[in-house]
Amino acid sequence: MKPFLDAMLLGAGYNAALVGLGAALLGFAAGTAGTFLFLRKRALVSDAVAHATLPGVGIAFILMVSFGGDGRNLFGLLAGSAVTAWIGLLLVESMARRTRLSEDAAIGAVLSVFFGIGVVLLTVIQTMSSGRQAGLESFLLGSTAGMLFQDAVVIAIGGTLAVLATWLLRRPMTLVAFDAEYAAASGYDVRRIDLAMMGLVLAVTVIGLKIVGLILIVAMLIIPPVTARFWTEKSDRLIWYAGALGGFSGYVGAAISASAPALPTGPIIVLVAAALFGLSLFLAPKRGVTAAIIRHRRFQRRVHRRQGLLALSRGEPIHDDLTLKVLTTEGYIRPDGVATEAGRAQAAKIARDEHRWEAARRVHQDTSLTGRYDGLTPIEQVFTRDEIAAFDRIIGGPTPVPEQSGGIA
Amino acid sequence: MGAEFVQFSLAPLLIGILASVACALPGNFLILRRQALIGDAISHVVLPGIVVAFLLTGVVTAIPMLIGAAGAAIVAVILIEAIKRLGRIEPGAAMGVTFTTLFAGGVLLLEQSDTSSVHLDVEHALMGNLESLIWFKAKGWDSLLDPVALASLPHELGRIAIVCAIVVALTVTFWRWLKISTFDEGFAEALGLPTAAIGFGLVITAAFAAVAAFDAVGSIIVIAMFICPPAAARLMTNRLEHQVLWSVAFAVLSAVLGYVFAGYGPLWFGAQNAVSAAGMIAAVSGAILGLACLFAPHRNRVGAAKEDAAI
Amino acid sequence: MTSSAQVELASEKGRSVRQDPVAAEAALAVRGLTVSYGEKPAVFSVDATFPAKAMTAIVGPNGAGKSTLLKAALGVIPRLSGEVTVFGQPIGTARDRIAYVPQRASVDWDFPTTVIDVVQMGLYRRVGLLGRLTGALRARANDCLDRVGMADFADRQIGQLSGGQQQRVFLARALAQDAELYLLDEPFAGVDAATERAIIDVLRSLRAEGKAVISVHHDLATVVDYFDNVFLINVRKIAEGPVATTFTGPNLNATYGGRLAATHIDQLQLAGGA
Repeated sequence: MKPFLDAMLLGAGYNAALVGLGAALLGFAAGTAGTFLFLRKRALVSDAVAHATLPGVGIAFILMVSFGGDGRNLFGLLAGSAVTAWIGLLLVESMARRTRLSEDAAIGAVLSVFFGIGVVLLTVIQTMSSGRQAGLESFLLGSTAGMLFQDAVVIAIGGTLAVLATWLLRRPMTLVAFDAEYAAASGYDVRRIDLAMMGLVLAVTVIGLKIVGLILIVAMLIIPPVTARFWTEKSDRLIWYAGALGGFSGYVGAAISASAPALPTGPIIVLVAAALFGLSLFLAPKRGVTAAIIRHRRFQRRVHRRQGLLALSRGEPIHDDLTLKVLTTEGYIRPDGVATEAGRAQAAKIARDEHRWEAARRVHQDTSLTGRYDGLTPIEQVFTRDEIAAFDRIIGGPTPVPEQSGGIA
Repeated sequence: MGAEFVQFSLAPLLIGILASVACALPGNFLILRRQALIGDAISHVVLPGIVVAFLLTGVVTAIPMLIGAAGAAIVAVILIEAIKRLGRIEPGAAMGVTFTTLFAGGVLLLEQSDTSSVHLDVEHALMGNLESLIWFKAKGWDSLLDPVALASLPHELGRIAIVCAIVVALTVTFWRWLKISTFDEGFAEALGLPTAAIGFGLVITAAFAAVAAFDAVGSIIVIAMFICPPAAARLMTNRLEHQVLWSVAFAVLSAVLGYVFAGYGPLWFGAQNAVSAAGMIAAVSGAILGLACLFAPHRNRVGAAKEDAAI
Repeated sequence: MTSSAQVELASEKGRSVRQDPVAAEAALAVRGLTVSYGEKPAVFSVDATFPAKAMTAIVGPNGAGKSTLLKAALGVIPRLSGEVTVFGQPIGTARDRIAYVPQRASVDWDFPTTVIDVVQMGLYRRVGLLGRLTGALRARANDCLDRVGMADFADRQIGQLSGGQQQRVFLARALAQDAELYLLDEPFAGVDAATERAIIDVLRSLRAEGKAVISVHHDLATVVDYFDNVFLINVRKIAEGPVATTFTGPNLNATYGGRLAATHIDQLQLAGGA
């Protein structure tokens, strides 16, 4: 435990601190950049982009070595990776746009073919006599063993620029993600904005190649936005929640990884992010599973409440135990089952609501709202004032409930 | 093309062909259903599958690994479905969350487990080792008739041949169901077809083929075989029957050319060593797809583009 | 007058030329517009002049190119040929004078955004990338929402709305843009009577304010009641003009290819001659 806490407080050594901050920044950038891809329903384009970096790394290495340089120069390798990833991106786009192939086929084709070419190049490099090719495989799964200060600088600068660009472009990107036709009609260049979205993802991918590797950077681009979705219904907050989740995963993951041997950084960061996802899936207040279960229980009680009150309004006896329990708890019936005054008032209200719903079903063509008649939601919450006025014109005024209503069956 | 070919190249070539065809066949239906990336997901989760199998059995032999990989594929499919429904998350994102997490778990387990006694190679799982599947006891073409020599054929050949045969049989048997439910699921439901089972069966068959193939060509390359030959075939014709035949042709062509270029290509350029055959097969399949995108007779989209299709 | 006047229109690249006086007065003018999907033409060589300060309906059978005409004019889908001007300017330079209400189906209703967020999207062009949404602008968005009768629903997530309510939100977004020309794609399709009344009231008030409204309209029975002008299209332009003289039996027959029963045409409110 102590090594972990040390790492969390940046006290576990220079390299560990560097990795921690770099991972946090990377996570933050990946979370924000990945949000728009998620909103645009293109999450797996990031997988294609990531796999398309491999041939670029190989080509850059070969070129640098053949010009007599150090094949492992980070800037060179990253530049190469960016070039082929960009080509891959353009190919996905043009295949989906120009041919009858669907987008997922285009993504998968680019992903696998570029990766295959990259693998071929890796084997070419393995046989080259330069002998300095070890470490290129680290781009697959990441490695933080020998993280240099300059690597951290690359991540810091690149990550900050990526976040800045995301913030600057958030409005056009949200507009395009939500309603591309409207954006086009408003004069936005949808294609360019889409490319910008994916370019940001590319930038984050390239930056993250060193720490988490190309296979796992996809996780950082997808998992935080999906997790954040559980916590908000507003897209501008979604961006920052995703960034925060990503940054948190990066920092904590790096700390855990530094605290014990045989804990590779990349996978640990991803697993932290996944744990946050799992927690959110179950515990998030509105979209989470537990919340759904609680809602269901509450729903049951409300159904019984409504059935009971309707029965009161029609003067019918009540049979069901849960119904009686609910009505008694809320003070709508006396222990002998006869309605109280409050109960009668509520019953009258519910009866009127029921009549309005009947009118609504007669009036409305589509069932998207009348289909939401779950027997519970008061009609005011679903229809606008003028719509309700229309129903009232059909059904007339309210009717009260007679005194001796109720009684246990 | 004598003894050396039979000893070194015949088995890998056959394995490559069979693996490609086994993947291309279900791939036809996957891309028509816009489920192409389920192959991506499956390919990533075989790694944790074999790691778990190794941890449980302590050995690196084929059968436990294949079972582990198949199990992982099924777990992944179920998890994806659960996340989609429970979390109301779109399919691509659900796949992304699932397979990256499982893959990360697999890498972690690999690091943590004691692999000093056995070599579990991540690279092998990703990239395969087609070139090393040599038929040791072959002496020439007549070894095909020699039962002793035949017994020393690489086991992968037998496995992939069986799986390929099963895949072909399933495709032929369920052809009508696959065709109808892929084209119009609602209509198929109305006819009383078990569409959910068909869909699940298709994915499981694909997983099967992927798992059998991955041992020879590695997991990531398998996606290329799921997608590129059927996609190229789709651009060549408007009829499903012809598409499937074209996809088989392209799969075979990719495997043969890919293997040849990988093994002999470097020699043409003056280099000594072969390059990754699996990678080259994927690259060739990509080249075929590229040519199809540029020149195939039915490459253009008919009618208005669907919003989610065009970027 | 037009025959002797110069008719070369400014192109989208902004070549300034002497303009067609008729087109200059029109809210939207289209010359020679052709759009095709693959080899099939959806809209063929259409000339159209939509007057300002009026409401015009675009009418035609399904698949006849009504929506295509609108979308191609706006540049939402690419066109094979044609020139488009808005109030005499090339459309590229006049975007701030147009507001578009697309069909509902094009949007994902599970998107994490609330009703008021959608209306505020109408203000994005105005504030640009970095501008803040000031109090005045927010008030404007709220007003537009109120104008369509949805003020109580401001913080609701959009997936919880009915078809008619979603349509109203889209209209509110367009109102927020404070444009001079409003283009709507089948705004009344699949909505209930109350929403239809709400929408037509808003459109009429826009016309009273001197704005132009162009709407792809699917319901022949209400054309005469709602609109001043009509544009009949079936891949090619059939006729355009004031409803009284253009929405006639022969024109409708030409548009619908004789598919409309004679009795049906009689039932439609046709003014002045069959």
